[in-house]
Amino acid sequence: MTDLQERPDTALDTPKPDHVGVESRGHSRARSLLKHLVLIALGVVMLYPLLWMLSSSIKPNDAIFREPGLIPNQFDFSNYTVGWDALLHPFSHYLLNSAIIVLGSVLGNLISCALAAYAFARLNFRLKPLWFAIMLITIMLPIHVVIVPQYVLFSELGWINTFLPLVVPKFLATDSFFIFLMVQFFRGIPKELDEAARLDGAGHLRIFFQIMIPLSLPALATTAIFTFIWTWNDFFSQLIFLTNPDKYTVPVALRTFVDSTGASSWGSLFAMSIVSLIPVFLVFLFGQKYLVKGIATTGIK
Amino acid sequence: MSALSELSTLRKQKGGANSPTEKADGRWSLFFLGPWYIGLILITAGPLLASLYLSFTDYDLLTDPQFIGVENYTQMFSDPRLIKSLQVTAIYVFVSVPLQLAAALGLALLLDRGMRGLALYRSAFYLPSLLGGSVAIAILWRQIFGTTGLINQVLSIFGIEGQGWVSHPDYALSTLIVLNVWTFGAPMIIFLAGLRQIPEMYYEAASIDGATRLRQFWSITIPMLTPIIFFNLVLQLIGAMQTFTQAFVVSGGSGGPADSTLFFTLYLYQQGFASLNMGYASAMAWLLLILTAVLTALNFLLSKYWVFYND
Repeated sequence: MTDLQERPDTALDTPKPDHVGVESRGHSRARSLLKHLVLIALGVVMLYPLLWMLSSSIKPNDAIFREPGLIPNQFDFSNYTVGWDALLHPFSHYLLNSAIIVLGSVLGNLISCALAAYAFARLNFRLKPLWFAIMLITIMLPIHVVIVPQYVLFSELGWINTFLPLVVPKFLATDSFFIFLMVQFFRGIPKELDEAARLDGAGHLRIFFQIMIPLSLPALATTAIFTFIWTWNDFFSQLIFLTNPDKYTVPVALRTFVDSTGASSWGSLFAMSIVSLIPVFLVFLFGQKYLVKGIATTGIK
Repeated sequence: MSALSELSTLRKQKGGANSPTEKADGRWSLFFLGPWYIGLILITAGPLLASLYLSFTDYDLLTDPQFIGVENYTQMFSDPRLIKSLQVTAIYVFVSVPLQLAAALGLALLLDRGMRGLALYRSAFYLPSLLGGSVAIAILWRQIFGTTGLINQVLSIFGIEGQGWVSHPDYALSTLIVLNVWTFGAPMIIFLAGLRQIPEMYYEAASIDGATRLRQFWSITIPMLTPIIFFNLVLQLIGAMQTFTQAFVVSGGSGGPADSTLFFTLYLYQQGFASLNMGYASAMAWLLLILTAVLTALNFLLSKYWVFYND
């Protein structure tokens, strides 16, 4: 339940003793070789589309329809310059819009979900099991069933075509998945620490800020990383709340791009798609440890 | 403990109402849970009830909602596009989720031992699941499975002339099923963690008793993994029912060709935000909620017969 904090980094990689007897060692080596071949083949199939998109983004447009290989015959970086300026605004405009929404969402989720999680993990209050059950149920609530009244509410407030409908709810702990993640984590922190602090006269605020938060950095990192990726990729709510091209985010801008140009400019379309994937890829590269542990923890008793 | 098992064991927990510190905690809980309470009322539960009300009205966003009783719901039975969208979604959910989970489990089993390059393989298989929901990947899919796309270029090397897969009503949905299977990495990671938690002594004891590896697999690995399989199944089914982005981008927002990728949520979007039939869209949303709840409840009921809980 708390392997997010207790297991050493290498836990997923520690060898497991082989159950095969000594006499079949040669047989086992052949098996292992075969297994690696299968895994490498599968890995290539899995990653080929991505690598091909990357390679196609530096091919001349017509080569995309002729060359299934990964090494371009001709290098052509103009797709990036053409794609960057293909829409109403330079692509940096949409990257900035996405970045603002992502940073606001990360901040909102970190603050509001940590606060709520502390209440569920450490406080006693009336009807706590009921509130906790409601929180768990809202994890599974489809956004479609609340989006129409939300749209009405936000248009009454004059928030359509602003970033507020996408960011403000995050400060109200509406991504309850992360509350749950942090409740799990907080429960793993020994209660003796709180009690010792309370004997020293610390209140809930100090316990929260000086004990829980510093000890929960892995859970906070997991929350930040998942919020980053999910918000960056989110399309449905951005499509609905942002209809003014000035406010378009990367996914909405890309969608306009693909609908307006058609097959004539796959190269620049691919180039901007690659640009849009780079932030997620970087987060994956540097935050993989927290991603892997984060999803493993939520699924395991 | 996963959210699911937490929900099903909630009744066992005590409320803690007679704790002496309850009064002070009560006030503090308002502070810590304040944002969540406001979000619940304004962003989640309030809109949920409002959409239930709107589902019984005719509402175009510009004029006040007109109460029309259950008309939106009865209209659904005679709406061929709605029925089509249910079929498309059902096929997608019940084909792609089992395939995706089978791939995830298969790869997790191959990767379980402390093998060379494990971290690298794991990353390679996991990466697509982080990118798969993005517009960029949907754009890529539209090209790969297009008439002159990557798939057909590869097929032509073998002298096979392929279809325009995304533009053919018989194949378009399959390309999206392939896309969902491609994102098996996230459930695979959960399976890997589950495999790691099976006590090694079970296998040792079985080996001493002379059980073959196949026997160990069926009698130890699979039963011990059933709670994880169940968890992945419930989550992926719920997620697949709400698929939107890929179908929207690949079909250019139409759900075509010939409504063959008209997912339920895509039709909901068309009704609500393109045609401004907000009442009908709300009724559709409630149908989605009810279907999700029924499917999840069914899963929990059936789990008694196949999910093995060690405690």
